[in-house]
Amino acid sequence: MIQLNAIHKVFNPGEPTQVTALDGVTLAVETGSFVVLVGANGSGKTTLLNVIAGAVLPSSGAVVFDGADVTRLAEHRRSRWVARVFQNPLSGTAPELSILDNFRLAALRTSPKGLRIGVSDSFRRLVRDRIATLGMGLEAKIDQPMGTLSGGQRQALTLLMSVMDKTSILLLDEPTAALDPRSAALIMRTADHLAREYRLTTILITHNLRDAHTYGNRLIMMSEGRVVRDLTAAAKTALQLADLAEWFG
Amino acid sequence: MEFYVSALILGLCLAAVALGIFISMKIFRIPDITTDGSYTLGAVVTAVLLTRHCPLIVVIPAVILSGGLAGCATGLVHTKLRIDALLAGILVMTALYSVNLSLMGRSTIPLVNVTNIFASYPLIAALVAIAVLTLLLSYVLRTDFGIAMRATGDSESMTRALGVNNDRMKVIGLAIANALTALGGFLVAQYQGFTDINMGIGVVITGLGSVLISDRLIRWFRIRPIWLQLPVVILGSLVFQLVLAFTLSIGVDPNLLKLITALFVLAIVGAPVLRLKKAA
Repeated sequence: MIQLNAIHKVFNPGEPTQVTALDGVTLAVETGSFVVLVGANGSGKTTLLNVIAGAVLPSSGAVVFDGADVTRLAEHRRSRWVARVFQNPLSGTAPELSILDNFRLAALRTSPKGLRIGVSDSFRRLVRDRIATLGMGLEAKIDQPMGTLSGGQRQALTLLMSVMDKTSILLLDEPTAALDPRSAALIMRTADHLAREYRLTTILITHNLRDAHTYGNRLIMMSEGRVVRDLTAAAKTALQLADLAEWFG
Repeated sequence: MEFYVSALILGLCLAAVALGIFISMKIFRIPDITTDGSYTLGAVVTAVLLTRHCPLIVVIPAVILSGGLAGCATGLVHTKLRIDALLAGILVMTALYSVNLSLMGRSTIPLVNVTNIFASYPLIAALVAIAVLTLLLSYVLRTDFGIAMRATGDSESMTRALGVNNDRMKVIGLAIANALTALGGFLVAQYQGFTDINMGIGVVITGLGSVLISDRLIRWFRIRPIWLQLPVVILGSLVFQLVLAFTLSIGVDPNLLKLITALFVLAIVGAPVLRLKKAA
């Protein structure tokens, strides 16, 4: 469970460029729930996700995972719980490294990276089998550099990489924004499938209202750094796509 | 012939520097100027200890440690004080000049009548030294730690999200790079038979030139496995020294050597750009 207590975040305090990105967000996300986060640009969605990931430290307030206060824990330490998929497909993978090496690193997200050769034959098989589940034919290319793949392919692999090691929280920041409609649909289906299979606590930011309507069991809308709407599973199911569009009217 | 063999041995010795630059420049994408200082530091530590008749088993770890510390210094200045890597390197390099001078107590130490790994079979000694370094480095780069290291230079957002402390990784990387560079100083000092306070001037360009040559080859032949890229870096160093040797052999003034080195590196960096412009 993720708990956010009265999170405030002010960027550039005291300067002419001062911005209040989060203005007292209090939120509890149950383990295994799939939260969709919507809101206009600048409403604080990404900052909220970054506060959970540890990429941004809040000005005040507390971040608690399963009862443990992680507010001051750096991003690379919080990765013990959190896996991320970024908006930019290039951010979640290392282009010059082979697909296999990318997966190896992902498999070590929660453990130290030691001086032993971990890419064994059994690991190769594991990676090949996992990638085959995507049905994109990428399992034959695991020795190729990640950079030779398209954005959609890389994003799909980033998703798979997020469950190579034990994960409890999956953060998806507009993972399909840079993709064509077909790749985007595949990414969303895969994310939904993985979230269910591994019982991940998932938070998805999206500007695609159809996705926001289709996926997840809780819908939160943010505006000017605050949570302005919060729909539980039942209310979300009852919500019509047209109603959702009206929120942005 | 002797002339070219000597260029070959020097190329092998300087391959250690090229491997160091390969790590800082190609893996971490940090232009590390500390090289000029840590190379001399390696040679200075070698000279000071060998003239006091320390055995190699003491000298080699001391050289590695000294270079590693120099790299750590640059890495810490860069990551903790958020100072540009280039400037951090220049600061440490400048400071090292005084360190080197006070360690030596004078500007040149001749290495006569002391242990020298090149005493009997210089070419074989150089080959063995570089082979050992390459094998060790190739192992490290293929381990889980090595993958994390290579990924850090490639995509910091990714490694951070995967539990890698990027700052610490950069410090370790620069330490390894400068330890290799110091080992280059260790080899060259013995091969040329003396350590001089100014021997490091421009060595970063020599290393960079070697890495750029190897980079062309690696792209050309699409060499992907990291363990295959390392021998190409060594080849780059050999080609570099042979080209310089050839230039000298056709009667170019040795005083112009640094100018020629710089122009040669400029040619390697600039040629593809010029060719592209012509094509466009």
